[in-house]
This record gives sequence, C-alpha cells and structure tokens, in this order.
Amino acid sequence: MDATILGFLLLDGLQNGVVYGLLALSLVLVFAVTRVILVPIGELLMFAPLSLVWLLEGKLPGTLWLALALGLAWALLSRGRGALLPLLGTAGLGLLFLLARGVPPLAYPAVVLLVVYLGVATYRVFFQPMREATVLAFLIMAVGLHVAYMGLGLVFFGPEQFRPEPLLRGEVVVGLSWQGVLVLLFALLAVLGLYLFFRLSLFGKALLAAAENRLGARLSGIPPEEAGMVAFGIASLLAGLSGLLLAPLINAAYFMGFMLGLKGFVAAILGGLSSYPMALLGALLVGFFESFTSFYASAYKEALVFLLLVPALFYQSLRARAVEE
Amino acid sequence: MRRWLAVALVLALSASAQEVLKVGVVVSATGPAASLGIPERNTFLMLQEMLDRTGGVAGRKVQFVILDDASDTTQAVRNTRRLVEEGVVAIVGTTTTPASLGMIPVVAEAKVPMISLAASKDIIHPVDAQRFWVFKTPQTEELMARAIVADMVARGVKTVGYIGFNDAYGEGWARFFEAEARAKGIQVVVSERYARTDTSVTGQVLRIIARRPEAVLIGASGTPAVLPQRTLKERGYTGLIYQTHGVANPDFLRVGGQDVEGTLLPAGPILVAEQLPTGYPTKRVALDYIQRYEAKYGIGSYSTFGAHAWDAWLILRPALERALRRADPKDLAAFRAVLRDEIEATRNLAATHGIFTFSKEDHLGLRFEDTAVMVRVEGGRWKLERTFR
Repeated sequence: MDATILGFLLLDGLQNGVVYGLLALSLVLVFAVTRVILVPIGELLMFAPLSLVWLLEGKLPGTLWLALALGLAWALLSRGRGALLPLLGTAGLGLLFLLARGVPPLAYPAVVLLVVYLGVATYRVFFQPMREATVLAFLIMAVGLHVAYMGLGLVFFGPEQFRPEPLLRGEVVVGLSWQGVLVLLFALLAVLGLYLFFRLSLFGKALLAAAENRLGARLSGIPPEEAGMVAFGIASLLAGLSGLLLAPLINAAYFMGFMLGLKGFVAAILGGLSSYPMALLGALLVGFFESFTSFYASAYKEALVFLLLVPALFYQSLRARAVEE
Repeated sequence: MRRWLAVALVLALSASAQEVLKVGVVVSATGPAASLGIPERNTFLMLQEMLDRTGGVAGRKVQFVILDDASDTTQAVRNTRRLVEEGVVAIVGTTTTPASLGMIPVVAEAKVPMISLAASKDIIHPVDAQRFWVFKTPQTEELMARAIVADMVARGVKTVGYIGFNDAYGEGWARFFEAEARAKGIQVVVSERYARTDTSVTGQVLRIIARRPEAVLIGASGTPAVLPQRTLKERGYTGLIYQTHGVANPDFLRVGGQDVEGTLLPAGPILVAEQLPTGYPTKRVALDYIQRYEAKYGIGSYSTFGAHAWDAWLILRPALERALRRADPKDLAAFRAVLRDEIEATRNLAATHGIFTFSKEDHLGLRFEDTAVMVRVEGGRWKLERTFR
C-alpha cells in the first residue's frame, strides 16, 4: 500500500460514505418523527434516475402511474376538503410529466417532485392509518413496501442497469470526477440545510418537538400527521436528489437501491437511530471501512461491513434503558 | 344429418383434447435473471404461435405450459412439481444454475426428461441416476474458459488478474478459468470479488492494478459487469480486458458505451451469426432464428439466451417425432421414458449455439470447436475476432 492507493481508497470511501450519510440522516429523521424504519428508501432513491432516463427518452415512466394511484388512494382516505390537495398534486404531476418528456430542464425537477410525492403519499396511504401501531408493525409494513416497490421497479424499468449522462464531465484530479465533487457538495449543502431548517424555522422546531415527544407536541398544537408527512417528504427529497447525482457514477437499476439503504441503516444504527452527527460519522466509517475491506478482502467485504453492526448493537444494548412497549 | 354433425364434433373435440402434447417450460422471467429469462420466454411464445399455425408435431397439437420462477429455486421446484402433475411429456428450464440443480431430484423422481437452460456443468455432470433424465443446451463455463485461455495464449499473455461476482457465477468462473489458465502456463496473480449490487469497486481495482497483470478477466454477467471495467479504465489500466459470455446482450453495450470498447469475450457463434465464415455449421440455423425473433420482437431484439431455448426445442422436436412413432403419449410414464431415450439419441444436430451429439456419458453434447468464438467490442458492436475451427 502506497500513498496513491491510500488516497484513492480514502476518496472512494468518502464518496460512498456521504451517500450512506444522507440516507442515514433520512432514516433517523423519519424514525424519530414517525417510528417507521423507512426500508423502501433505497427504492425511492433508484426511482429518481430511472424515471429520468425514461422521461429523457420521451416515455412516461411507470412510477408516474404508481404516484397517480397512491394520489387517488390518498384522496379517498381524506375525503371532503382534504382530498383537494392530493388531487391537485396528482393532476399537476401528470401535467408536468407530459410537458417534461424529452426536456431536461423540466425533467430533473419533475422526477424529484415525483419521488417526494411518492414518499409523502406512501406515508399518508400506508403508515398514517396505522399510526398507533407498534414499531414492529411499522417495520413489517416497511419491508412489505420495499418488496412491492422493488418488484414494481422491475416491471417499470426492466432488469438491466441504466446510466444517465453526468451533469458535469471530466475529472478534477485523478480519482475524483466532477460528478463526485457534485455529490460531496450536495451532501454538505444538505447537512447544512437540515441544520438550519431545524434550528431556525418554526416548522423544523415543531418537527424536532414531534420527534422528541409526540404527545407533548400534539398538546402544543403540532399535528403529528403533518409532521410525519414532512419527515417523509424531506427523506424522499434527499433520496431522490442523491439518486440523481449518484446514478451516473454507479449505474441505476431497480435492484441497486436496497444495499444502499441497508448500509445507510447500518450507519444510522451506529448512531443509535437517534443522533444525527453520530449517524453521519457512522456513515463515513461504513464508507471507509467498505473501501478498505474491498481492497484487502473483497470476497468478505459485505460480511465485514455488516459485522460492524455487532459491536454497535452490543454497545447500544449495554447502555439502553427500558423503553416504551 | 344434424345428429351426425354433433357426433363428429364430439369426436373431433375429444380427439384433439387427448392429442395435445404438453411441454413444460420454467424460465426466470422476473427477478435478477430476468434479462436472460425474458428472451427465453419470448422464444417459447413465438414457438407456440408457429406451432399453432403449422399444426404442431406429427399432427398433434403442442402446448407449452410456461411458468415463471422469479429467479428463485423454491419457486422453480414448485413449478416443476406442478408441471409434472399437469402431465407434461418433458420440461425445459430453468434459466439459472441453482434453480436447475434444485429441479433435478424432482424430474428424476417423476421420470420426466428435462432440458436445462442454465450454464453450470454440475447440472449434467456426472450423468448419474438422477442426471440420467437431465440435458442442457448452454455452453459450460469450462468450455468458455477454454476459449478465453486459448485467446490469451495466442496473444502471448503471461499474467492475468480476475475479478468476479461473489456468487455461484463468479465462483464458478474463478474455479474453471484459474484451473485452465494454470494448465496452459498462465499465472493468475490476483483474484478479487464484488457484488452485483456494488456501487464502487475502487478497492478491488486498485489491488489488481498494483499487481500489473497483462490481462484482466471480469467474471460477471449483464450490466453490472460494466462497473469494474469502467473503474479499470478510470484508474488508467491499459492491458487487455476480457469479459464472459454473460455480458453478451445489447444492454451491456448501451450502459458500457465508450468504456467497453475493445473488450474481448467468448460467445456462442450466434452472437455474430452474420459475420461467421460461410460453411460454419451453425450459421444457417442461427440466421433463421434471428430473422424469426426479430420479425416478432423488433430489429436488434434477439439475444444469445433466447437462442438456448430455441436449441432446446430443436432437440426436443425431432425427439418427440421419433418417440411418437415408438410409443403412445396416453401411457405417460412409458412415453416420457422413450422420449428421454430419443433425446439422448440426438446426433449431429445443428443448432444456433453448436452441434449437439448426446451420449450416455455426455448430456451437454457440444464440441468446443463449433460452440465458442471470440468476439471483440468495436464501435459499439460485436465483431468476430476468431473461431476455433
């Protein structure tokens, strides 16, 4: 091992790590506010670049029909005045997609909106009706949705990978492409944005309050349903944007999302599923660890990465207090 | 008059009902192996149409009962049981090696002949009491590894690196390729693994480059095979890059683009059917299949995987005709046994991937010389590099 290899491995680890970090942040946020472990976040991440490829080829992606179906279910669930929002959103989304076919400046925002809409509708349709359920019931629902969305991904986009054109071409230095820089910058901005959102905006504070103590938040007039929808919205926004930026580097396919989500989950667990900075650190640790194990013992990489969970869970269980349920 | 018509109708109906020959098909039309299974299923759908139009085999209607196993071994075994109960005379499938291996005990117990569409040699070797009932059409890794090593020897390659999937596909290739390379005096200096779902293989590639092999073989299939090759290029590797025949589909070229220019790979001769020299024994059959498939599914839609399914039917059809002369399908058990014997009796059958000659010891029946060619990616197309005839 010389300095060049070390440098490459560190860069590689950093680039993977920040993506796991964004997913870990999303997972922690969603879990804190709603007690849902958002397993299908990997699928949401992959839906963005795959839908983009379809749109740029002038075709309507199947994810649009999924969004429309969820939108209708949402409207049926809310009935009355509340049905107006999902119906308007559905119509707007359909219109935007019709206009965005083959038009890159419209297609990028269109797929991001689609993924956010999918995320929010997923919460409203599947999780909100069972909001009093246990964490285990949430988890079962989330795993079910992951399987369903992955299967739909195969139906919508076929079995092979796709590679959207990178936004920026070329390399800054050997080993780091401009697209990679874009991913790093986005991660930095996202973390900063989240920090400011939670510290400065009233809505962010309300969200934190809902995460801290749901009953208390409710008593002070913060509706937990709304908090859940916003949490899902932020998580899917982060996932969708990361997917778009990442896809030219890793090739998108319907089956690629789960592993990314799972490693984000490992990172979130390293942070105890509650601490944002710890989750970020955990994600970088997973990234670097993965990069170095793939150099030294590639056949055992996956096993070693998931073995990281054991000491983390051991530590968590040692310091855990008795909790609800 | 009317009564006679009714009687004739009843007779006709009952006659056609008992004369339908059911052939079971299990393919992986969904799941990770879907890119292989879909063209296989399409081939059988096309065959069904052709048979309905031309009146079946030896005057009997043939019905393909096509089931999807979702690339899952358990589902493949369940499908096989169902097909056996439905009274199929033979089973074709399935797409993947693990699922095909799982089907073997079931067909052996029910005594139904089976033609697998999966790669591994373990499916048909050794021909023991269970594999007595099992044949297969695709080339083994062993045959294809031989083609790669022969090409490396011809180019004077002395050291080689390997990176492959950390599953049955990659391990199988590692085993056969490394054995064949050693036998021919080529040194395998580094052997790495990665996962289909990996988003980065920088670590493995750095390790390979540090050992400076003259050539690298990537033991992967489909579009996930692009990532190591792109990373090798990005890290400045300039040696030869070999892929396996698992990448021989248009999607690999689409995703790979510039990064896979110059790739060398072994393939069934059908991949470059038009470029084969005149007189190549499989050329005519291959062009016929491609023309039919493209007429139904569009220009450029054919793949080598669908052709394995076509080959299975090319073997099965004459065997069925011969079996029908010797036995009556009404006695299902006896007919299945006769059909198996007739499949094994196949000699010098020109198919799209080679010439099939089965024997008691050999249920693959392909000869290396006409079943493998080397292909190079040039200008985003497959270009015939060499044949081994």
